[in-house]
Amino acid sequence: MSTATRAVSVETEKKIDALLTKYPRKSSALLPALYAVQEEHGWVPEEAQDFVAGKLGVSPAFVAGVVSFYTMFHRKPVGRHHFQICRTLSCMLRGSHEVMARLEQKLGIARGAVTPDGRFSLQFVECLGACDTAPCAQVNDDDVPLLDAAKVDELLARLK
Amino acid sequence: MAYEKLLLKNVGRDDSHTLDVSLAGGGYQALKKALSGMTPEAVLEEVKASGLRGRGGAGFPTGMKWSFLPKLGDKPRYLCVNADESEPGTFKDRLLIERDPHLVLEGIILSSFAIHCHTAFFYIRGEFQKGARIFEQAIAEAYAKGFLGKNILGSGYDLDVLVYRGAGAYICGEETALLESLEGKRGLPRIKPPFPAIVGLYGCPTIINNVETLANVPFIVERGAGWYNGIGRPKNTGPKLFCISGHVKKPGVYEAPLGIPFKELLNEHAGGMLHPDRPLKAAVPGGSSMKVLPAARCDVLLDFDSLAAAGTMLGSAGGMVMDSSTCMVGALLNLAEFYEHESCGQCTPCREGTGWFTKILHRLEAGHGRKEDPDLLIDVAKRVEGNTICPFGEAIAWPVQSYVAEFKSEFDDHVTKGACPFGGAAKRG
Repeated sequence: MSTATRAVSVETEKKIDALLTKYPRKSSALLPALYAVQEEHGWVPEEAQDFVAGKLGVSPAFVAGVVSFYTMFHRKPVGRHHFQICRTLSCMLRGSHEVMARLEQKLGIARGAVTPDGRFSLQFVECLGACDTAPCAQVNDDDVPLLDAAKVDELLARLK
Repeated sequence: MAYEKLLLKNVGRDDSHTLDVSLAGGGYQALKKALSGMTPEAVLEEVKASGLRGRGGAGFPTGMKWSFLPKLGDKPRYLCVNADESEPGTFKDRLLIERDPHLVLEGIILSSFAIHCHTAFFYIRGEFQKGARIFEQAIAEAYAKGFLGKNILGSGYDLDVLVYRGAGAYICGEETALLESLEGKRGLPRIKPPFPAIVGLYGCPTIINNVETLANVPFIVERGAGWYNGIGRPKNTGPKLFCISGHVKKPGVYEAPLGIPFKELLNEHAGGMLHPDRPLKAAVPGGSSMKVLPAARCDVLLDFDSLAAAGTMLGSAGGMVMDSSTCMVGALLNLAEFYEHESCGQCTPCREGTGWFTKILHRLEAGHGRKEDPDLLIDVAKRVEGNTICPFGEAIAWPVQSYVAEFKSEFDDHVTKGACPFGGAAKRG
């Protein structure tokens, strides 16, 4: 099979194989395997879901159910810099909606969308468990505390 | 007498997440004590006698929970650490995980020893990437030092700890949903009984404890239940981490004995209200799932029993403070949207009810509300409460009931004025 048609790379497959024996039961490998897929692709394509289903011996529908249940598994590509703005109460009280409005205006996209060049995507998410730094966000895996309009501008200028 | 910080004694130090700093601060002394002279049963009895109650939300006595395990048999026993800190307003476990993972780890090892567990899982919410990395490092350091793995400190006791990352689902903080997730499934809560102590992870006896709960165990083992009993109030013993956020000057995590007055947390620890000209309007001392207290009823002590008597709950101690500029319809709408998004969808009253709350609150906030809407909210809440598999139903039904009851005139104003008096719909964007 050529690389172009593989659902996941050889390296990702090796990671998944190792996960199959890491836990007392094979089934527990599912979430970590999906993370491995997402690490490679930036999202979890359907072909890769089917591939993981085959490895674990479960149906593709079962895997699709799990992928769609958890908000951190992306079912379509996100931007290179994926902005997740916390919208829940403590962040709302400290201005998360103003932060979102600023981002939508600067990026020219609505929440839930990706910029045409694929650089940025924007999403409201539920409580990130960092209310002491409200309004807070995550950009990819990084925590971004205490956002305001000026910090949004500075952040966008810095991220390529 | 000045209060001696316990849970947060290390977090202010440089490199507080490393084993060296932990050891210099007295880390793993309790483990040495337990493994060199105590039986698992003695550790369990000490925790029972300490009166330690779970810090994750329900406040159930930890030692009693452990004693529900069946007699030792062929099946392995598991400890699952609930690090799925997701209750809005709560960020105390994050601090412990990132800044003193070895305190948590020592608690995990001691607790696993007490319940004869040889594989423990650390289930951490997916968004805590940094915490997961730090905890993996702490585990690696502990293995290298002989605090984990085979024959820990020459005692013959074996333990492995595995980190497992969630992937964005509030419901996985519910203990049986956590188990489902850990088994590689959607996080749908299980019907109880059977309780996890009997049928838990992979069908085996399992104990699920919150991060902060376990971080108390080293102190109990090292200094004894009698000493621990002297902290806090009767039946509400020990140190506690209190989160406070919203309209306060210094949002953060503060340690104090259980039972400190809310006003002390607000004014002395958190620096008081954010804007001097905007007084306190309402607070949720326990986290978003708990009932709201209007300012006039905020002179309460922060412990399990005092807050229950005040008509709310300590919950996960995720205090949220709202000042006079806050629209209570808008605040409740924000929470309703959270619960609608996070409902797992398994039980009809919760799945449909959360949608109803959002829909009704949206139209109230937008100025299209109907006179009967406040009553309708209460009516729907009554049909959700008590009719779901897990406490998620109550987690939204209680806030709805309390916001409407405590601030009824504000809900009515939205209807009679045909708009949000706080300009809320526009502010929310």
